[in-house]
Amino acid sequence: MTLRKAPAASSAGSAVQSEIWRRRVDFWGPFVTIAILLAIWEAASQMRLVTPFLLPAVSTVLARIATDFASGKLLIDVGMTLYRTLAGFGIAAICGVILGLLIARVAGLRWFFDPVVSAGLPIPKIALMPVFMLWFGLFDASKIAMVVFSAIFQIIIATWWAAHSVEKELVWSARSLGASERQILFEVTLPAAAPQIFTGLQVAFPLCLIVTLVTEMLMGGEGIGDTMLQNARYVDSPGLFAGIFIIGAVGYICIALLEWLRRRLLGWQAAGGASE
Amino acid sequence: MSAAASLFSRAAPLLILAALWEFVARAGIVSPGALPALSSVLAVFAGEFSRELFYHTWLSLVRGAIAMAFAIPFGIAAGILIAWYLPVRVVLNPLLQCLYPMPKVALIPLTIIWLGIGNLSKISLIFVGALVPIVMSAYQGARSIEQTLLWTARSLGARESEVLREVLLPAALPEILNGVRTALALAFILIVAGEFVIANNGVGNLINLWGQAGQYPAMFAGVLLISAAGFAVDRAFVALSSRMLAGRQS
Repeated sequence: MTLRKAPAASSAGSAVQSEIWRRRVDFWGPFVTIAILLAIWEAASQMRLVTPFLLPAVSTVLARIATDFASGKLLIDVGMTLYRTLAGFGIAAICGVILGLLIARVAGLRWFFDPVVSAGLPIPKIALMPVFMLWFGLFDASKIAMVVFSAIFQIIIATWWAAHSVEKELVWSARSLGASERQILFEVTLPAAAPQIFTGLQVAFPLCLIVTLVTEMLMGGEGIGDTMLQNARYVDSPGLFAGIFIIGAVGYICIALLEWLRRRLLGWQAAGGASE
Repeated sequence: MSAAASLFSRAAPLLILAALWEFVARAGIVSPGALPALSSVLAVFAGEFSRELFYHTWLSLVRGAIAMAFAIPFGIAAGILIAWYLPVRVVLNPLLQCLYPMPKVALIPLTIIWLGIGNLSKISLIFVGALVPIVMSAYQGARSIEQTLLWTARSLGARESEVLREVLLPAALPEILNGVRTALALAFILIVAGEFVIANNGVGNLINLWGQAGQYPAMFAGVLLISAAGFAVDRAFVALSSRMLAGRQS
């Protein structure tokens, strides 16, 4: 996959050798780089090259994570953030997929929703946060509603296009073989559209996490975002970096889980996925 | 259907929603505190708050533009270098992989303690957020280029710099444009989110202040204006991309 010069035929053996070496560097290099960077970071703060206020030592940050874990605060924060993200994501996924399928099928709905959805997709939905605070208050309802609203356009459009681009011949043959509309939906359209729908969900998920964090920063009510902003207010930089580490890990694990779920559920489909 | 009729047919649902908004507010079905009538929101653009609103929106958009002006060239260069040179890949790719799954808004508190609450912190936040999708797309675009194109160019005697400029960049362009579009959407989110959380000016800050002061028509006008700006920028970029890609086959 990577760019390289065509190996000269005369040195095939050494080309294979250098290829193996190259693969090794490609695989292990990232770990080495991360380790070196963390070591430099640690050394710089131990030797006081940077103010610990601006950049606390890695060890300090890790110790802080351990303390927060032991006191249970970490679990509460991660739990709250995950709950809001997943609740919003789940509602957006269910409503978005249903709406998308309906729009693909019913011409009247398509007439109404096409302009609304294509106008809604590119606007920065997060700008409506104060409106949501006004309508739904400061608690979980308004946070989750904000997440749903931010993610749903993406999911509707992905589902709609997925259902729209299912090959007409498949639907026609199913229908001529006497399949009911219900069977066509569940046994033809949905399976054929599933990979694209899932890609839409994979694009929407990081957005849900972003919006949850911002709502927590603005409205409080525990969660990683709330804690991070409070730590910034009290200029508690180890706590701040701990938050960044944690949310990075949460994001990484969630994205990996979605990819795993994709392979699990859509394993029969040709490889592809979020990168396409 | 004529062009005008089809345009009207497309605009009609939005007009219906607008009319519904106006009606619901005027008829007193919802309190004006929760939803001011559309007409009174639009009146803000001609009223006493309009100068302030346009000025602060301008400030926000300039921040976004400066950040994008850095993020686009840096992102493209970094993405192509990561695909092209193994040493660069080994150093930069892990950083990219760490940054990629992290919601960039998590960096808002960090930019505050490092860079304060002014322009510098906002611009760097948008820069970092916009950089990641651009680097990823340039990397993927450069990686997926057909080997034969490169071999052909080289065997015809092209220098490396020429191969980069004349073969690789054009081949990766569609992917890169997609990445920049994603980055633009993210930039708008970060402009607004950053200013909501903490700022001393900008449209996000203004929306916040007006919300706290109970100036709801003005607050809605701010929301409407930045949403319209996000929409307009996206449309303009799509038009620009299709011009840049015009005449291509795929």
